[in-house]
Amino acid sequence: MAKKSVWSDNRFWQRTAAWITGFASVLLIWLTFDTSAQISMGTDADIQSGVTKRVPGPTVINYKIAYEFNKKRQHEIPVIGGMNAEGTSAFQEKEKFFGRDDWSEAEASEMLRLGKLGSQSKNCMNCHTLLGNGAYYAPDLTKAWLDPAWGPTGSMQAMTGKSTKEEAMAEFLQHPSQYPTHSRMMPNLGITAEEAKGLVAFLKHMSSIDTNGFPRNFGKIQGAVNGK
Amino acid sequence: MANSYLKSESKKLATWYFTVAATLFGAQLLFGLVAAAQYVIPGFLFEILDFSVARMLHINALVVWMVFAMFGSVYWLLPDETGIETVGINLGKLLFWIFTAAVTVVVLVYIFIQVGAADETSIWFIHEGREYIEAPRWADLGITVVALGFVANLFMTGMKGNRSGIVTVLMADMIAFAGLYLTGMFYTDNITVDQFWWWWVIHLWVEATWEVFVGAIAAYGLITMIGAHRKVVEMWLWIEVTMLFGSGILGMGHHYFWIGTPEYWWEIGALFSALEPLPLVAMFIHVLYDWGKMQGEEDAKGQEISVITNKPAFTWFVLNAFGNFLGAGIWGFFHTLPQVNLYTHGTQFTSAHGHLAFFGAYATILVGMMYIAVQGKNGIKVLNNTKSTIWATSMIVGGVVGMTVALTIAGYSDVIISRAQMGATWAGYFDAQATTWLVQGMVWRLLMGVVTFVGFIFLAKDLLTIGKSANHVR
Repeated sequence: MAKKSVWSDNRFWQRTAAWITGFASVLLIWLTFDTSAQISMGTDADIQSGVTKRVPGPTVINYKIAYEFNKKRQHEIPVIGGMNAEGTSAFQEKEKFFGRDDWSEAEASEMLRLGKLGSQSKNCMNCHTLLGNGAYYAPDLTKAWLDPAWGPTGSMQAMTGKSTKEEAMAEFLQHPSQYPTHSRMMPNLGITAEEAKGLVAFLKHMSSIDTNGFPRNFGKIQGAVNGK
Repeated sequence: MANSYLKSESKKLATWYFTVAATLFGAQLLFGLVAAAQYVIPGFLFEILDFSVARMLHINALVVWMVFAMFGSVYWLLPDETGIETVGINLGKLLFWIFTAAVTVVVLVYIFIQVGAADETSIWFIHEGREYIEAPRWADLGITVVALGFVANLFMTGMKGNRSGIVTVLMADMIAFAGLYLTGMFYTDNITVDQFWWWWVIHLWVEATWEVFVGAIAAYGLITMIGAHRKVVEMWLWIEVTMLFGSGILGMGHHYFWIGTPEYWWEIGALFSALEPLPLVAMFIHVLYDWGKMQGEEDAKGQEISVITNKPAFTWFVLNAFGNFLGAGIWGFFHTLPQVNLYTHGTQFTSAHGHLAFFGAYATILVGMMYIAVQGKNGIKVLNNTKSTIWATSMIVGGVVGMTVALTIAGYSDVIISRAQMGATWAGYFDAQATTWLVQGMVWRLLMGVVTFVGFIFLAKDLLTIGKSANHVR
């Protein structure tokens, strides 16, 4: 008589399950340590010394942010404060944010914190997507700061009658249902002037996060198709 | 609740859990209808019950009813598997009332308070604004206590009684399920870190621990409903655990493509998540194979009798085998590779997958467990279908499949116009929203949602009355 095969033995499969699960978990935990180090938020010192972080420090709001194609990585990356010879962030070119380009680390952190708390307490994610996650009832906010609609010639900025992007966004956030944007309007969420400022800082900061080229071609194509 | 045929306190508690679960299932569908209607009639309940609130209720009711039904399922099967009454059943009952009361308060706050100021108080007492796990922090702590109490009952019972393979899997799985919830409770200013840990809860629940739970429940169902051999069923279960955790744990990488995390997740996420449908194929084959085998043995005896002792429940278990494979497996695989996901991430396509996956993988089998409880509660040997069973099943399945098809079609124009061609801007988004495919897709989704809801009414009626029908073997 042939011996019973190990392949039909429950103990064998139980042990296999335990080993595979253990191995996958250990690998995940190890990768989590590596990723956590790479996604921790940068500081003002990083920006001053030209260190590019995947998630830059809050003082990134003092700089001009763009989203440019990078030849080496073959996708778009955030370019902060102008581009250097390698096609990455130069951290030189400043941009006024609510009239100032010298927000201290403490002030910028405070604004970002208010904005992030606001993004949660106002439930942004259950209409919009942030970094592509959330609901699909309203536009993605990942790079909203860079959206042409909010730029100097954009329809949204013109609609609010404000002269800068940040003021236009803050005005809209405080009184969204006053502006005829689309048949699907944003409701009034009781956002105060301070909270609106924080939310805009949060959006500007989010646009500086290196999202590996997502969303593809953001803001590069205008009127390429007749979407109707 | 008259439980005339139930001797086990654990099973009585299970019926309580199933009752609340079914109620919340109804609430999920109702708020889903509100949100679906808002796509078609944008002014509907504007600034009264906005889309964000309706959707939060829709997806939270979904998660919570499933957790209730999962707890109920475990309390139901424990006495059968271990051969003893569940240890700490009074604690279990107390926790049930705490859980139900907490959920009620959370829902009322969602509906009547909706949003708060941008501060920690809102996070503690209103909601956390994080999709699927919006529950405010006080409720998080409450849920943790309830989950730990539940796990304690399961462990004490499993260690005292006969610890079958199914119970062993559930013990390991449920402690991971409860523990993972802790990773989604803290606040951070860093949205990338926030979403990184948020996925530890969402992904490791629905694409790992919940799937293993389904494997264990399917194993129990096959043994109780068609008399499948425990040795075979439990071997399959261990193979499924191996495949589910082997692919699902690192498959988490497919959520780390675009949130600010390093590029190596492209390869890890692509490989392991591409493997995720494999165990679902295995589960599918397993259910149908065992059914054929058991019926074949019966046929060989010259008997023309079905081996199934609970027709409605078994129907839902088979639907689970199909739905899990199609919804989670195929619809998931459609957009799991980074080169595709770059364009599909965060579109109606994701929504199509979400609907069929949650329904196919979880709603189906949990409804099946409710029918098993109805059978036990009424002391029925063979539970047959009623007209309501057939209406409920056909309308719910038809409705969800219809919604999925509608959302998939809407998703194609969303992906191609908004993402691939227009680069995901504000203008691109609204151009896609205005396409015929998307506009009509949303109308069809609403209609199919109504079909699903009517099906639910039949289901509720059936669960309440099927036990009294005369066409069963008692």
